[in-house]
Amino acid sequence: MSLAQEIPTTPSGLPTVRNGRWSAFSHLVIVRMKELKREPEVIFWVFGFPLLLALGLGIAFRNKPADVTSVAVVQGARAQEVMSLIARSAQASSIRAEVLNKPQALKGFRLGKYDLVVESDGNGGIQYLYDPARPESVLSRSEVDDAVQASAGRKNPLPTSAVISNEPGSRYIDFLIPGLIGMNLMNSGMWSIGFALVDYRQRKLLKRYVATPMRRSDFLLALAGGRLLLMVTEVGLLLGFGALVFHMPVLGSLLSILLLSAIGAVGFAGLGLLTASRAQKIESVSGLINLIMMPMWIFSGVFFSYERFPAVIHPFIKALPLTALNDALRATILEGAPLTSQAGRLLVLLLWGGIAFVLALRWFRWT
Amino acid sequence: MPAAIQCRDLRKTYDGKVEAVRGLSLEIQCGECFGLLGPNGAGKTTTIEILEGLLEPTSGEVTILGHAWQKNSREMREWLGISLQETRLSEKLTVRETIELFASFYREPRSADEVLGDLQLGEKADAFVGKLSGGQRQRLAVATALVGNPKILFLDEPTTGLDPQSRRQLWDIIRNFKQGGGTVLLTTHYMDEAERLCDRLAIVDHGQVIAEGTPSELIERLGGHHVVEFEASGHSGNGTNVDPWRALPSVELVRHDNDLVCLTVREPHLTIPALLDAVEKQGAELLHLTTRQASLEDVFVNLTGRHLRED
Repeated sequence: MSLAQEIPTTPSGLPTVRNGRWSAFSHLVIVRMKELKREPEVIFWVFGFPLLLALGLGIAFRNKPADVTSVAVVQGARAQEVMSLIARSAQASSIRAEVLNKPQALKGFRLGKYDLVVESDGNGGIQYLYDPARPESVLSRSEVDDAVQASAGRKNPLPTSAVISNEPGSRYIDFLIPGLIGMNLMNSGMWSIGFALVDYRQRKLLKRYVATPMRRSDFLLALAGGRLLLMVTEVGLLLGFGALVFHMPVLGSLLSILLLSAIGAVGFAGLGLLTASRAQKIESVSGLINLIMMPMWIFSGVFFSYERFPAVIHPFIKALPLTALNDALRATILEGAPLTSQAGRLLVLLLWGGIAFVLALRWFRWT
Repeated sequence: MPAAIQCRDLRKTYDGKVEAVRGLSLEIQCGECFGLLGPNGAGKTTTIEILEGLLEPTSGEVTILGHAWQKNSREMREWLGISLQETRLSEKLTVRETIELFASFYREPRSADEVLGDLQLGEKADAFVGKLSGGQRQRLAVATALVGNPKILFLDEPTTGLDPQSRRQLWDIIRNFKQGGGTVLLTTHYMDEAERLCDRLAIVDHGQVIAEGTPSELIERLGGHHVVEFEASGHSGNGTNVDPWRALPSVELVRHDNDLVCLTVREPHLTIPALLDAVEKQGAELLHLTTRQASLEDVFVNLTGRHLRED
């Protein structure tokens, strides 16, 4: 450059090293990863916490063996007949019946050991003693009645059949893991970008960086690059955990899942950048980030489906970036839907990220 | 050759109200160590940050080696090494990682190992920044400025809060840089630092240069190189009795500092006997008397009526 030639040469004449175009970018990315690695609490919140959440909720909502109802049959004329009717019925495996004398049966019922007491009504029929306030008692009555009536030869006017559904892919844990991936992409996108920037600004490090020839775009690209590297690990960990521990089916291709996650990560990084564009203090940016994330934790279907909210607000819920990301992740992971079929959701994500990014760059304060 | 740093009629008004810098002009030649000396809040940091291209002046012009900040700013940053007043570098990086990071921002930086050696940080190369002492941190801050192999070094209060040994280490580093042909602009509110380190300095107060010159020129302007300070009982020095002291032989200036009377004198051996006589004649008693060399502090106090470090 001609500019440099007018300037007196290096005063010291000291030996120097020559740096390439991307030396600043690569150093910034490496430094960012090192900083994160050296903060144990970051490792926990980014990796440990979502895994613990998945494990805890997965265990709490695991598929329990079918409920067995306990029934006391009062000794007497019809006791053996009732027992054999139950034993012959289709529901035999889910009814545990015992023959007892009346006081023992009633005591057991009171204590909740039995859900139902069956005895002869003295007129050739049988009668049920049950508590309508106890759901398991109500259930037991209809279960046992159905069993004995069918065994005794009742014909159903309308043939019906039932299929048990606890196949991988439709269980709660399968719903949960893509939601946790989405939530984690939002959390770490907002926090790692928003928090880091305000921290740098508060420490006057941003100002120190722009006092060097470092390109500002390199700095922002390095933040985004660091985010994407971390994203691969986060998503891989949760996905692998779901597949190995809970046998969650992963029908979509890994590439489309990662691409989708990358769009989500960059979108939320844009929102993080916007929240951090002017804040001077960690406290103010923390409040702002929580304010933005709170509605999405509730509405965007992380832990439960947003179908539970009134239909009128569904359009608003679907316009939230986390809803779009969660829906797209579920469709890709659980149904193997191609990305092309999710253009609408991708557009929602890209719009949020893109608008946030443009506004952030306009308002961003380096000093 | 253009001046290393030049600014003309610099003004900076914050929020349309607070006038931090009010018409400040400077010209700093290549190879000079120039100091901005002034109390806290005088506008030193605002001035240096405008010169560094980090703050936009409300009006006025700045050129660095003949170039204005509006264009070529990235190219110009290759020539400058900057240490801000307060930068907290990442605590979870090591000293070497920090220096290498800053080196990566420049096209032709110095090697990290050399800079580590020059700044006596070699032993701490692999220590985390969070574990460094105040003096080591400040040397690291200067290291991040020097690693880019700058032509001009900007240091904003480089030794504030440091112990005497750390201050002297930093002075050596600054002198070495200057000996290698570099230009230095530093701000300080330590007059001894300005006196020992700077070839020339500007005393800044309320956003303006109130005096400029070499340290000895500035002291010369007081009229005398010596200061006689004394306190006398039975005599109240509330400014009412200035004249008797001013009339003493060889006295150039008289200043009252509470009960203390400070005389700037050319030749103390003429002043002191006369002073003793005068005290006796007033029937007062001398409580104490000292003489010392005049310093930049005296220059500042004489110009503003205030001390440099008034809390």
